[in-house]
Amino acid sequence: MTERFHDIALTVNGEAVRERVDARKTLVDFLREDLSLTGSHVGCEHGVCGACTVRLDGVIVRGCLTLAVQCDGATVETIEGVSDLGTIADLQAAFQARNALQCGFCTPGMLLTAAELLDAGAMPSREKIREHLSGNYCRCTGYHAIVDAVEAVARARAKHP
Amino acid sequence: MKIADDVPSALSALDRPNSYIGRSVPRPNLARLTQGRAQYVSDVTLPRMAHVAFVRSPYAHARIKGIDATAAKTVPGVIAVVTGAELEKVITPWVGVLTHLKGLKSAPQHAIAVERACWQGEAVCAVVARTRAEAEDACALVVIDYEELDPVTDPETALDAATPVIHASLGDNLTFERKYEAGEVDKAFAEADEVVETTFRFGRHTGVTNEPRAIVADWNAGDARMTVYQGTQAPHMMQNLFAKHLGLEEHQVRLLTKDVGGSFGIKVHTYADEMATVALSKLLRRPVKFVADRIESFVTDIHARDHRIHAKIAVKRDGTITAFEIDDLTGIGPYSVYPRTSGIEANQVVNLVGGPYKCPNYRARARVVFQNKNVMCQYRAVGHPIATSVTENLVEMAAAAIGMDPVEIRRRNLFADDAYPCASAAGLRFEKLSHHASLDKIVHMMDYDALRAEQASLRARGIHRGIGFASFIEVTNPSAAFYGVGGARISSQDGATVRLDATGAIFVATGVTEQGQGAEAVVAQCAASAFGVPLDKVRVITGDTDNVPYGGGTWASRAAGIGGEAAWQAGKALRANVLAVAGSILQADPKALDIRNGVVVDADTGRERIGLDEVARVAYYRPDTLPPGFQAELMATRHYVPRAWPFAFTNGVQASWLEVDTGTGFIKLLKHWCVEDCGTVINPQLVDEQVRGGVVQGIGAALFEHCVYDERGQLINGNMADYLVPMAPEMPDIEVGHVVSPTADSELGAKGAGEAGTAGAPGCVVNAVNDALRPLGATVITDIPLTPDVVLGALGKV
Repeated sequence: MTERFHDIALTVNGEAVRERVDARKTLVDFLREDLSLTGSHVGCEHGVCGACTVRLDGVIVRGCLTLAVQCDGATVETIEGVSDLGTIADLQAAFQARNALQCGFCTPGMLLTAAELLDAGAMPSREKIREHLSGNYCRCTGYHAIVDAVEAVARARAKHP
Repeated sequence: MKIADDVPSALSALDRPNSYIGRSVPRPNLARLTQGRAQYVSDVTLPRMAHVAFVRSPYAHARIKGIDATAAKTVPGVIAVVTGAELEKVITPWVGVLTHLKGLKSAPQHAIAVERACWQGEAVCAVVARTRAEAEDACALVVIDYEELDPVTDPETALDAATPVIHASLGDNLTFERKYEAGEVDKAFAEADEVVETTFRFGRHTGVTNEPRAIVADWNAGDARMTVYQGTQAPHMMQNLFAKHLGLEEHQVRLLTKDVGGSFGIKVHTYADEMATVALSKLLRRPVKFVADRIESFVTDIHARDHRIHAKIAVKRDGTITAFEIDDLTGIGPYSVYPRTSGIEANQVVNLVGGPYKCPNYRARARVVFQNKNVMCQYRAVGHPIATSVTENLVEMAAAAIGMDPVEIRRRNLFADDAYPCASAAGLRFEKLSHHASLDKIVHMMDYDALRAEQASLRARGIHRGIGFASFIEVTNPSAAFYGVGGARISSQDGATVRLDATGAIFVATGVTEQGQGAEAVVAQCAASAFGVPLDKVRVITGDTDNVPYGGGTWASRAAGIGGEAAWQAGKALRANVLAVAGSILQADPKALDIRNGVVVDADTGRERIGLDEVARVAYYRPDTLPPGFQAELMATRHYVPRAWPFAFTNGVQASWLEVDTGTGFIKLLKHWCVEDCGTVINPQLVDEQVRGGVVQGIGAALFEHCVYDERGQLINGNMADYLVPMAPEMPDIEVGHVVSPTADSELGAKGAGEAGTAGAPGCVVNAVNDALRPLGATVITDIPLTPDVVLGALGKV
């Protein structure tokens, strides 16, 4: 492909989206700049911090390592859409109750990453939770409270599946 | 999930009915943060907004011989290409000095370099375009003719006659020097049973806030006003500085700060690229946005630490510590950072070394020198991690030298809990600390004896674990002694305005700012408790210089202790005002009334008399029914600043339990404990989380974080793949305990808690590693970050 601009059609948070995008534009920039979905954050732009984590066809990806043009025909879910659906309401409530966030900048990515682990079922150990969150940087909490919150939700879901 | 018990406290003047003081209530702003509905500055867009990107110097030191923007100006979307010389006409340079740091000197710094770049990453040209991407495209086409100059990179030789002077007008590369001596130091060393002498090296590191620095400046030529959306800790300070250097009146500048993606002291300084952004908005008469990318953050966000300290301690056979001596050298980059200066960290090191101990003999020298690297300035726990490491590492080395347990040597030397008020050898005045109670508590929490037994039994099996401690003190609730007396227009006082709305809820406008630490929650708790409404009837307003009382913002662990007290006092004042109205309506003595749970009641019986909504209705809509001459005042403002003590010192102790793999040098952190005393605990959960987050930041410094420069002044690991930060798998669970010694300087008695974790963790972890390695005959480690390479070096394996 030598064209710089491309037409893409995708589904974002359940809404059909058609846009013309610059080939170099990342998915997270596309979400934030073209669709005003600012809940996905840009922290490092080189795939380390995880603040840009979104779901692409049901799997979490780094919004800064995915190009928007790659998402033609795909389904994308962001923190805004997932919040409105209520599918991680228990996890969000646990984060609030446990103060598992401070500045909140990492939180959307952290929640989507933790949700993936919880959706896999089973009762993860604290080590497993820490391992699963290993690609999401939080400068504020020291992680302990995040692990507590995820552990509490796993326990609650195991009791009331 | 371990949520701290949320039960009403049972005590004192703070024990008002339905008090929220001492309760772990959730922060009001968490719902929006968990739903992706926050508003960080990087999210802000405005009509006609343009984006700026900067061409940055690739050299640590270079003369700028020419800038050719011809090609850059032809890039689609480019609005303007602006050099330092052009921008100098819009914004004046600044000099980062304070008069109370005697002799501190620096040179004028420009928003964009003029004629000379002094560190790798300094902005030398700005490109403004419709999008950031277009601005970056054009940056690549700006041709700059540099003449590389010799950089000054090694602080050890910065003052040598053969080393070039970075700023000729200053005469030498010495920024600041302080010497201090107390007691009979030479005598103490001469009479000591053991003297331990070593050199400590602390790596440069930086804040790595998850949201990089971000600013949107909007000069409205019609209003002749500059509105600045900035992720800052100190909106009023920035209002003053933007006005001053743009030639505006302060009232022409409005600072707006909503959600901030992490600060830690990174976002409390003046940054040249942010000053340039504001100036560009004025020049171009439109909004201009700048968000640092991560690579820019590493070369422009302030760095910190980078101290080399020769140090020694004198100890008697019975464990009595008789003297401390330090010689500190630190390189702070080419400029002292404006307006807080880059002399404070070294000054704090001199102040804080030996601080927990009653040892009267102390000698210190600190020298701060210029160099051609990114600037250094105040970052979370300023000076504390260095002073605490030096002190606590020396104490445990002394204990090892005389064969004494590290807990025991502390018991013999820490200031007694009944010794207060008293002062340290460095002259710090302590109102009330609790070193011994804290030490007793941590020993109990960690089950110290059992841990020592476990360590011994594992050692026999070739598993090498270590236990380390660090007692510490922390500067919090600073009075004007910190900056104000030195001439900086940085407020140490803070205010709160509480207003009753027409339905019985209250609005609290506060000068302190929310950086994620929970200031909004604490201010709401204080106002709600003092006034008498449930928390869901409180709305807190922060970060708007047009609408909040004048204040200092968030730094030096001041938001809860100072902002909370102002909110408490304002809540009380509004209660009196509202009860005056209620008394008038009810024909009752206001003194016999109280407000509880949003209802005016009889103070002695609790009988409900009238709702706040009804009081507000009468006052706002039917004031004609109130007695002639009676004016309801349903808004009250109070300010607070500590007056009796220059700082409210806190104290505490940390302990680390870890395992060292002697084959690879890897360190596994198993558990960490912290007991701290921040006086009255307004929200236990928020305090615990400040401690935990702080500890991990300190662990990052101890084990991972290091801005590595080569001899030409090039930062060689300035990205998140090469600069390591603590991630979840490597971090331990952290247990937090409290001892409570309130300050009598305020009614609440709250001191700060934001930096205790960061202050103690590095020294504590280093002690634990040395404890693990000592029986193996390893050399004592005194350098951080303590990487596997350092461990293997200590073991003689590399």
